[in-house]
Amino acid sequence: MLINHPILGPRDAAEFVYKGDARLIHRPDWQADDAVAQFTDYGYLRDNPAGLHRELWFHEQGDRSWLVVTRDTTTHEITKVELARDVARAEGRSR
Amino acid sequence: MHYSGFKVIKEALTGHRGWGPAWRDATPKAQYDYVIIGGGGHGLATAYYLAKEFKQARIAVLEKGWIGGGNVGRNTTIIRSNYLLDGNEPFYEFSLKLWEGLEQDLNYNAMVSQRGILNLIHSDAQRDAFIRRGNAMILNGADAELLSTAQIVERYPFLNVNNARFPIKGGLAQHRGGTVRHDAVAWGYARAADRRGVDIIQNCEVTGFRIENGTCKGVETSRGFIGAGKVASCVAGSSSRLMEKAGMRLPIESHVLQAFVSEGLKPLLPGVITFGAGHFYCSQSDKGGLVFGGDLDGYNSYAQRGNLPVVEDVCEGGMAIFPNLGRARLLRMWGGIMDMSMDGSPIIDRTHIDGLYFNGGWCYGGFKATPASGYAYAHLLATDTPHKTATAYRFDRFATGHMIDEKGMGNQPNLH
Repeated sequence: MLINHPILGPRDAAEFVYKGDARLIHRPDWQADDAVAQFTDYGYLRDNPAGLHRELWFHEQGDRSWLVVTRDTTTHEITKVELARDVARAEGRSR
Repeated sequence: MHYSGFKVIKEALTGHRGWGPAWRDATPKAQYDYVIIGGGGHGLATAYYLAKEFKQARIAVLEKGWIGGGNVGRNTTIIRSNYLLDGNEPFYEFSLKLWEGLEQDLNYNAMVSQRGILNLIHSDAQRDAFIRRGNAMILNGADAELLSTAQIVERYPFLNVNNARFPIKGGLAQHRGGTVRHDAVAWGYARAADRRGVDIIQNCEVTGFRIENGTCKGVETSRGFIGAGKVASCVAGSSSRLMEKAGMRLPIESHVLQAFVSEGLKPLLPGVITFGAGHFYCSQSDKGGLVFGGDLDGYNSYAQRGNLPVVEDVCEGGMAIFPNLGRARLLRMWGGIMDMSMDGSPIIDRTHIDGLYFNGGWCYGGFKATPASGYAYAHLLATDTPHKTATAYRFDRFATGHMIDEKGMGNQPNLH
């Protein structure tokens, strides 16, 4: 698999470490009333779709950036690669 | 029809005209007491033990394709019970005991071969860990023996014990471990369940659940609605896809695991060996092919095929201990979809929906668990209480902090 890194261009997926669903960008609020339920969900439950999946990859043997890769889990075809930092900011994370 | 040596001779002398199909091609009825979704090893074993041990009737197994076409036909056929943790070891030892009596029980030759499994040790720390594991196994009634390098060389003279980086310092052997002919497990359970009246319905895909007031009344399928007293999901890598139809999210990611078989060779490898410094396990099939595998590819996948970096990694692991593997050509490689749970251990439990049960999260250890998984699931379905060896396999263990994390990797499914 090749991942088209937004800065470095096409890189072998073997250079990356896979983390999982890109929803992990949004850690729940630890002070929320239902924080325990939210963290259980965050830590342990996954959508695990068959089809398009937005997921976090870490370029460990490269520039050490985190990417959000949109990939089809039934074909392994990658349709979109973004910097996780840009995604997080666009979705309202302050840092 | 009872299979026996006498029957084989009789058929040989009369032109093999007396053999019938091993199971009926059933058409679905309107209502069953138990509908088991998934005609793999675990689903068929569940149906068999429900009928035989728990004296239940009106049981159907629904299979989307053909029975035994999923992971039970794609694994590396190893059976063992060399686990460490209390939640796991009694269950896997129960499974190994069921394997030992399986063929007589099913009246089917599943080629259960207790040729032994050997986990190689490459460092002092690893020896300590394996001594602890061996003691845990013995405490739970399994067998374990720590072997010296000399004892290993005697049995496996071709192993490279002096690899500069990963010298072999010993091994933990379980002599009762071994291999089983995987397809025959599915076929044997199917035949035995069918003989006890279980309907095995192939080409019948579940498209939805009928849930009324928090109770599951049956399943919508590609062959119409089938009513059920209890519905039991048992679909391994497709668990998330199926349970999503009941509105559930699972502590599971689906990952692809590749396996490999070499060209047929003369007898070389008498038992199962595993490399302790990387991830590589290997046995030799009765046809002579070296059957081996290693790590997951490591990303969510439903594709049943993997990529080349893992092929390279697995073969490197093999070459490190087993240099003559390099002279064998790879005949086939394939992938299966593993239901990787968040702690590396399975789930056999009720769901929050009455009448809907779940069995999954087997990671890549499902094959060896087939008999105990079926038995424990049948116990849960018939009695609504967990089998005594499967009490830890609960859905709520993640919320309550009772994870069964054999490898200590945390909630990262691709590392288990």
